[in-house]
Amino acid sequence: MIRLPLVLFLSATLFATGVYGVLARRNAVLVLMSIELMLNAVNLNLVAFSQYLKDITGQVFALFVITVAAAEVGIGLAIVILIYRNRETINVDEVNLLKW
Amino acid sequence: MVAAESAETLVKAIQDPSWFLRYAWLIAFLPALAAVLNLFIGKRTPGKGSIYGITALAAALVMSLGVLWTFVGGERGFYEASIPWFQIGQLHMEVGVYVDGLTAVMLVVVTSISLCVHIYSLGYMKGDVRYTWFYVVISLFTSAMLVVVLANNLFQLLVGWEVMGVCSYLLIGHWWEDHVNSSSAIKAFITTRIGDVPFMFGIFTLIFITGFTTSNIPKISEIVSGGGASVGLVSAAALLLFGGTIGKSAQFPLHVWLPDAMAGPTPVSALIHAATMVAAGVYLVGRLFIIFLDADPVVLQIVAIVAGITMLGAALMAFTQDDIKRVLAYSTISQLAYMVAGMSMGPAGRTGAFFHLFTHAFFKALLFLGSGAVIHAVHSNNMSEMGGLRKRLPITFWTFLIGSLALSGVPPLAGFWSKDELLVVAEHEGHPILFVVLLVTALLTAFYMTRAVLMTFFGDYRGHGEPHEAPRSMTGVLVALASVTVVAGLVGSPQLGAVFGKWVYFQELEEALFVPWVALLSTLAAAGGILIGYSLYRDYKARDPLTSLGGAYTLVSNKFYLDDIYWKGIIRPVRDNLSAAVYWTNQNILDAAVNGAAAFAKALGQGVRWFDDTVIDGIVNGLANIAGFTGGLLRYIQSGNVQRYAAFLFTGVVVLAIIFTRI
Repeated sequence: MIRLPLVLFLSATLFATGVYGVLARRNAVLVLMSIELMLNAVNLNLVAFSQYLKDITGQVFALFVITVAAAEVGIGLAIVILIYRNRETINVDEVNLLKW
Repeated sequence: MVAAESAETLVKAIQDPSWFLRYAWLIAFLPALAAVLNLFIGKRTPGKGSIYGITALAAALVMSLGVLWTFVGGERGFYEASIPWFQIGQLHMEVGVYVDGLTAVMLVVVTSISLCVHIYSLGYMKGDVRYTWFYVVISLFTSAMLVVVLANNLFQLLVGWEVMGVCSYLLIGHWWEDHVNSSSAIKAFITTRIGDVPFMFGIFTLIFITGFTTSNIPKISEIVSGGGASVGLVSAAALLLFGGTIGKSAQFPLHVWLPDAMAGPTPVSALIHAATMVAAGVYLVGRLFIIFLDADPVVLQIVAIVAGITMLGAALMAFTQDDIKRVLAYSTISQLAYMVAGMSMGPAGRTGAFFHLFTHAFFKALLFLGSGAVIHAVHSNNMSEMGGLRKRLPITFWTFLIGSLALSGVPPLAGFWSKDELLVVAEHEGHPILFVVLLVTALLTAFYMTRAVLMTFFGDYRGHGEPHEAPRSMTGVLVALASVTVVAGLVGSPQLGAVFGKWVYFQELEEALFVPWVALLSTLAAAGGILIGYSLYRDYKARDPLTSLGGAYTLVSNKFYLDDIYWKGIIRPVRDNLSAAVYWTNQNILDAAVNGAAAFAKALGQGVRWFDDTVIDGIVNGLANIAGFTGGLLRYIQSGNVQRYAAFLFTGVVVLAIIFTRI
């Protein structure tokens, strides 16, 4: 039996890595992948607490998150493809038309 | 005093008035309507608009005769009707009519003379530059005169009185291109205005007597005859009102405007300056007679003195005139003084004066229109350029002769009866001086009329061109007026019952007397004047025989130097000194005040503008600037960089997490 704090540590590490990726990466695909990382860190947390508390709700919720994440990635990648078609780049620093 | 008819039935409201009485206001309204129609559509009407005035006057004449017929039929008393006009405090103003026998006679005089003049002008004014305008103004004038005659209150009377003055001014200056004519118009207007000022104050005095409640003439008469006012106040009112008469009826010392008023077209002289407007002054005294009777006796003495001076002076001045219209003008002044003198002799004299007004209106209009026909033929006003017109203008000659004989007082023409009645009253009521003055004036009148007739129609023609008789519209009117002149006197003849006195009376009927020796004396005076005139002017060629009188002739021909005295003594000082002083005051004091006020307002305005620009706008702009500045600072957040937004988001979450965990 893996102890809860270890799982939480792993989860926090994954989440921090995701935050870093979202904030620091220029490539839009990598930003999307970092968001996936953060979502899965949350999933890990949900499952870990579900196990710890003997409550199935957390696992059900994790399944919902996976579903939403799949949809999110589908839409996100579609947007990225459209941006690429229009701007011939997927560098998020250059996609900054909506500003003052 | 006729015993059968007591004062109660003579001065009372008529029960069940006839149609003509109830619609008497139409008589004044129709000519006004004609004037308005003519003004707007006259020029586009065939005949250039003369038809409106003639139609309206014909209708008004028929209605006036209807009104008179009521009184001929034996009706006594008066008819009064009015509608409210406006109210100031206690003062009720009204517009209304007051019709009694006197009004009826005046209505017939005014409408018939005016109709004659309207028709006569068809020929006389033919081709005039302001033909339509001429008809507009004479119709308007007639309406104003009828308003005066019909008025039941003093304000309405004043309105009509002033409109007449304006029309007189417009018509004297009808040919204003000639400077003399416009100056004469101004002189006439201003001179009558001098009389109008006391007249207006007289009206105010009478309204004051009523306690500022009304200007209704019957009510004022009631208050005054009921002793509701002090003698001093009534005397003051009478004297002030007489000022209006002096101005309008051209009495000494304001008579100077009437001879100059002859600058207007001759029909105007006949209508306004002989028959109607100048008689309005006499009418005023007669209408407000109770004021004069209840005043101090000195007032009527003053009236008599003014009349005496005027009638003699004006008759003398008529001697030296060469302009035929001026002869008639001075004659008019003199005859108006006759009427005013009649007024000064009490109720009987009042009836006589109105009888003279009635007959005089017809024969003086006839004389003026006759002189107009002569002027039309020879294109000159001067008798020295006429002569011998008897054969060339036969109709004009005969009608003019009838008019002259009537004016001279030859029986049985109109003038004889009215003059005789005044003489009888003077003798009967004990006015010996006035009696002599009236008799002498009758002699002088006969003399200057003989002179005018001889110089105009006898001897050889001294003018230019070939004079010819006037068109039928003019001669027809002359013949009509001449016929009236022959018979008009009979309505007041004592032998025929003196019916005139049954229409026009003051509170009680007067018995018209016939005193044979007075009638003989007045006939002798007329005959004497005619004989002297005939002997002097029988073979008039170029030099006036009267010039041999030397100094006296110079004095009279210079109009007793009255015009010069007015010019040097009043007009020039006023013009040169008073007006200069007023101008200085105006420039330096009034203008300074006005400019000062303007400068103050400007400075104040500039202060307000500075406040507005600086403070109010400053606040508004300042707020906008603050909003703009902060917006400028904040907009850098909106960079468009998604990752920066995400960074803010996470920072926010962290901050919130810290805050909530602390709590």
